[in-house]
Amino acid sequence: MFTIIGNVFKNLRSKYATRLYPYEVRTPFDGARGKLEIDPDICIYCGICAKRCPANAIAVTRKPDKTWTLDPYRCIVCSYCVEVCPKKCLHMNSKHRSQEQ
Amino acid sequence: MAKNTIIPFGPQHPVLPEPIQLRLVLDEERVVSAIPVVGYVHRGLEKLAEQKDFLQDTYLIERICGICSFIHSLTYSMGIENMMGLTPPPRAQYLRVIWSELHRMHSHLLATGLLADAFGFENLFMQLWRTREHIMDAMEATTGARVMLGTCCIGGVRKDVSEELLKSVLKTLVTVEKELDEHMPVLLNDYSVKQRMCGVGVLDKQVAYERGAVGPTARASGIAMDLRTQGYAAYGDLDVEPMVETDGDCYARTKVRVRELYQSLNLVRQAIGKIPDGPINVPFKTKPDGEVISRAEQPRGEVLYYLKGNGTDMLERLRVRTPTFANIPPVLAMLAGCELADVGVIVISIDPCISCTER
Repeated sequence: MFTIIGNVFKNLRSKYATRLYPYEVRTPFDGARGKLEIDPDICIYCGICAKRCPANAIAVTRKPDKTWTLDPYRCIVCSYCVEVCPKKCLHMNSKHRSQEQ
Repeated sequence: MAKNTIIPFGPQHPVLPEPIQLRLVLDEERVVSAIPVVGYVHRGLEKLAEQKDFLQDTYLIERICGICSFIHSLTYSMGIENMMGLTPPPRAQYLRVIWSELHRMHSHLLATGLLADAFGFENLFMQLWRTREHIMDAMEATTGARVMLGTCCIGGVRKDVSEELLKSVLKTLVTVEKELDEHMPVLLNDYSVKQRMCGVGVLDKQVAYERGAVGPTARASGIAMDLRTQGYAAYGDLDVEPMVETDGDCYARTKVRVRELYQSLNLVRQAIGKIPDGPINVPFKTKPDGEVISRAEQPRGEVLYYLKGNGTDMLERLRVRTPTFANIPPVLAMLAGCELADVGVIVISIDPCISCTER
């Protein structure tokens, strides 16, 4: 009947299983898909990423100005665009977006 | 003669993680019958899948369910591969098994945790979810995401896993097993837990068969049905057998899940031990053409995909039959004749996933 009692006493002695987020932030894993970033110097604005994006989160224009915009609220962080980019100018930062951004 | 009363159970209810309404026809405190009302989280994903190309669909399909996401994309990819005559390389097949089983473990821990919460055992619920967190970390380390792994693609997998990472997964499994050994006796042997589950929501083998129960719900009623024994992905090379119980009550369903947790631990270890080297996907140029039915075993049971392609980028039709959809008629049979206070435990014992069901 008192099967969980041992566990209760163990938990009284052990440390917290949770962290005091946002004061204490976990270091992300290597290769974690956090947020999408672009290196605009290498980008040729070909628009392949925009065409392939499953969530239509990327918009690329060539005329009149060359622009590359990401709607972070649409992005599903699948990193499909990173794979298809011919110039490899897109990459995933392992830190995810914080609330302020 | 007592007059029957109808009370609504859900769509918002403390035990339900997702919205489904059951209109309970009551005679005093006893349930006479239940009428399900679904449609609260319909998102039209099947229609949306027809507007995206078949490569983008892999990511869309994954978002049908937040728990068994990888197995959804695996089933879809297997269907498209069948249509195009592709065979993924062996390493990809093994990685698919590893991620599927990690998904099964975290889903079963989630389900048993929610069940503990449903009968008011908050402490056990927290303990099980703490154990689940180790598995989520293992998934994030190997794929880059906690839930939406996004690693299954047509022709194989997108991401290879290094030897060190596979070893770290094995280390995680040791921790998980130790914690399971600690918590599972509480779930299975505790007097008050047994009082809430034994003999509650009994589903006969015959009724389970007639109403088309799948997954742990069917196996707890004595039907030895597990699609993994058919040997899709790399399951053919591994030692899988269905975990069967015969009682058919909530306790039996929980016991099936607990035994499957240990089975999944074993399967991940087998797969990591046997994983061959080599490429992780095959290139292809063709477009899907034809009709195909693809099935796989999800944590909740069998999922069925019907795919129809017409040689273009877009699929003509995509239809999903999810396990919870098949398990709703059996749960109605379980509810007839039960006490009102047991309804929550019975509904949670089939591990319902409504956003899967309604897509």
